[in-house]
Amino acid sequence: MSNVVISDVRKNYGPTKVIHGVDIDIDDGEFVVLVGPSGCGKSTLLRMIAGLEDITGGEVRIGSRIVNDVVAKDRDIAMVFQNYALYPHMTVAENMDFSLKLKGMGKGEREERVAKAADILGLGPLLARYPRQLSGGQRQRVAMGRAIVRDPQVFLFDEPLSNLDAKLRVEMRSEIKALQHRLKTTTIYVTHDQIEAMTMADKIVVMRDGVVEQCDTPLNLYDRPANMFVAAFIGSPSMNFIEGHVQSGANGPAFISKDGVEMALPAGANPPVGTAVTYGFRPEHMALTAAGVAGALPASITLVEPTGSETMVFLKLGTAAVAGVFRERITAGEGDVIHVLPDPTRAHLFDPDTGKRLT
Amino acid sequence: MTDTLAFVPVLIAIGAIGIPVLTYVGLGLGEGILSLLPQGLSGSLRPWVWLSLPILLVLLILIYPIIVTLFTSLRDARGEGFVGGSNYLWAFSGTMMSILKNNIIWLIGFPAVTLVLSLATAVLFDKVKYEPVAMTVVILPTAISFTAGSVIWTQMYSFQPQGMTQIGTLNAIRSLFGLAPVPWLIAPVVNTLSLIFIAVWLQLGIATLILSSAIKNIGSEMLEAARLDGAGEWRIFRSMVLPNIVPSVMVVLTTMIIASLKVFDIVYVMTNGNFGTNVIANRLYYELFSANNLGHASAIAVILLVCALPVALINIFHFRAENKA
Amino acid sequence: MSDAALNPPAAQLRSKSTGRSKQKLLRLLLNIIVIAFLLGWLVPIVALFLSSVRPQADTATSGWWMAILRPDLSLANYGLALDQLRIAGSLGTSLAIAIPTTVLTVILSVIGAYALVRMKFAGRTALSLLLVALLVTPPQITLVPLLKLYNMVGLSGSIPGIWLYQVGFTLPFGVFLLRGFIASIPVELYESANLDGASELKTFTAIVLPLARPIMASLGIMAFLWSWNDLLIPLLFMGGSAMAAPITVNLAGLVAQTTQGQGPLMAATFLSVLIPLFLIISMQRYFVRGILGGAVKG
Repeated sequence: MSNVVISDVRKNYGPTKVIHGVDIDIDDGEFVVLVGPSGCGKSTLLRMIAGLEDITGGEVRIGSRIVNDVVAKDRDIAMVFQNYALYPHMTVAENMDFSLKLKGMGKGEREERVAKAADILGLGPLLARYPRQLSGGQRQRVAMGRAIVRDPQVFLFDEPLSNLDAKLRVEMRSEIKALQHRLKTTTIYVTHDQIEAMTMADKIVVMRDGVVEQCDTPLNLYDRPANMFVAAFIGSPSMNFIEGHVQSGANGPAFISKDGVEMALPAGANPPVGTAVTYGFRPEHMALTAAGVAGALPASITLVEPTGSETMVFLKLGTAAVAGVFRERITAGEGDVIHVLPDPTRAHLFDPDTGKRLT
Repeated sequence: MTDTLAFVPVLIAIGAIGIPVLTYVGLGLGEGILSLLPQGLSGSLRPWVWLSLPILLVLLILIYPIIVTLFTSLRDARGEGFVGGSNYLWAFSGTMMSILKNNIIWLIGFPAVTLVLSLATAVLFDKVKYEPVAMTVVILPTAISFTAGSVIWTQMYSFQPQGMTQIGTLNAIRSLFGLAPVPWLIAPVVNTLSLIFIAVWLQLGIATLILSSAIKNIGSEMLEAARLDGAGEWRIFRSMVLPNIVPSVMVVLTTMIIASLKVFDIVYVMTNGNFGTNVIANRLYYELFSANNLGHASAIAVILLVCALPVALINIFHFRAENKA
Repeated sequence: MSDAALNPPAAQLRSKSTGRSKQKLLRLLLNIIVIAFLLGWLVPIVALFLSSVRPQADTATSGWWMAILRPDLSLANYGLALDQLRIAGSLGTSLAIAIPTTVLTVILSVIGAYALVRMKFAGRTALSLLLVALLVTPPQITLVPLLKLYNMVGLSGSIPGIWLYQVGFTLPFGVFLLRGFIASIPVELYESANLDGASELKTFTAIVLPLARPIMASLGIMAFLWSWNDLLIPLLFMGGSAMAAPITVNLAGLVAQTTQGQGPLMAATFLSVLIPLFLIISMQRYFVRGILGGAVKG
């Protein structure tokens, strides 16, 4: 087991630049998730760490070794592919055994390792089966088993859950997390699903267009997004944004939207009066309130979506469309006006030009 | 002389075990040497280690002879003195004209008859429950050599003068209906058509397989929708099935065109080109062995190659389009 | 149909029942046509077999179908074929040609196809296109120079010379057929093997070869049939050999001479088609795959 250091890594395909200088520090035993929309370069980065793609520039270090020029099989890493890439003509046991055999390991130790991995993953009864005889979840486990038996320095996962149905995905999510806790192997996991990232990661790297937008713990990303992209990407439903500027109001400076909706400035933010800003607050950080309460904003309902435990409401604040998630049941319907109060202590201001969060 | 049978196991052991083992060892040796080289170099040399044997064989058996034949076709009977295009002038004059005419009958007749029959079998077999059995029956003759197929068909075409007992199948059937026997292999044009039908019998299975698979690939939803719209079976075949299997029809046609260019065995065995049935490939054999005229033989071969060229170009075109998509 | 619309119940009932009986009639007609066609298609093979087991005297005076009406069967023709026509030796020679040709074609094709699909190098596309172009080369174009070459190096009259020719000539098809299959193996499988520590050769032997077994069987059966059924090449290149002539060459020679009569020739022919017929029946699935995979799709 060891740490992984990625410094100023670049990737070009001919003249096309796919990754523009990425720096990530991954501690020994850490579970890091690379997340971002498709095409952001996260899979390419993972494949460069694996040695399946050449590194155009920069440096990848695993432990104390710079691996840029080390071929994939000598990097001591194991990878779980999106489509599992199980060898169709080998049984589950043979699939797991293949790499050990190639290492020239003795028969006794190989059997012991396969049995142990099978035991951890509950694959014992399936060892003699072929991949085509397994369900999606079982194949997923075999793919992990194949990684585990090798006891590598780093696990790499490339969207391993995206071929599973929703229920199985949630189950496997916690299983992989628990497994990693148990084995304490440094893990790099690629997904486009921010919920997967939030629930599994020790540290999340949010990427867009070949650039790291932010790299932090899940809760820090949620509470203190570095910019509007991260703010919108993390959290579901997405953060609400309203454009406007800072104005001096009755109780000192306040935010006023383009159509005159006034909201208290987020805690700790005091940009000069007149600054153009974008006000951001999460749907779940807005309370239902009565008319006449200080700061209450009238909002007309465009759609109500009850999920049972909570209610999601789409509203118009002035002309701005926002979403709200409330624990209360909403009896009002489309066109009715309710009063809401965004929580200023959990709201953010962003620079509308750069998208950066203002502190 | 059956004692040569003793060599058979030895030859098989050498060719089917010995050479493959050597090939594998050679590959291992090549990989071993590559592993000693720096990564970049071994990566760029590796394809040539793997491809060396196949490329060498193709160069030796196909590329080199094609180039040499092109040159020989411009030389005299012994393949030495340069004679310009006179071999080609010869190839398009005199007796060669009737041979070329026969090849044109083959080129049109064989693909056309095969296509029509295979369309019928593919469509009709699709509608019967015993389709697998029917398919096996049409595939059976594809396993038979053109030589054996010709021997087999001597029994179909055999001819006795009128009034005698007909022991050939077709003429026996004709006499059953009171019709005069036909000298299938002797009467001009009829004989070439008779030979063509032997090839149809031998190759129909291949065409049926290709078309049948294309027909099965047409979505059944589309056909069901057409049936619900009230289309009859003939209408469905014409406006739904046929347009959708055009690519496969082209495959069948080009395959059969190439086969009719090369046809040799049937003519050689059945008539040896007599009674006005001769074709280019058989004449080439004659020029090579009896007349010993290498110039003529090469010119004939080049004409065959040129005829096959359009098909090669179409294949290349399709291959590129497919690999881009 | 307009009648039915105007006068629904009765007319509809009538048209339905006539429609159904019409359909039944069509079905019957379809079955009659198909079965008659199939029987007709089998006639030459049946005729071959029956002629091969009829006594010499019968064959010369009456058609093969008389064997059904007046069965008087004997295996004498087979004895004559094996004894006088050297058919056993011919079958042996044909096997000595076809089996190595088949094995070598398959092995070299899979090696070539793997390299062509998996390795990147300058000229890869050009090489693929060349192979496609060579698919339709008539064998005749190669004869003049190769006969000279074979005579020069002493390969003519030798069985390895036939292997060499047939393997080289079939390779473009073999590589083309296997190339399509190997390209359809998911690339992650190779990457996974790479990460598991497999070398190029190991990936080839442990992953590609086992997976490609069915398509290699397809190529194998086709290569065998072509080799076994080939007349032109053995006819040209086997001259002067001490071995018995291959079966096709022997048969072609027998047709010209009528001294032995039809019976032994038919027995010899039947023996020559036994192996191919057995192969195509027992491996029909692979044969079909080979035909469909080898057709250049439009």
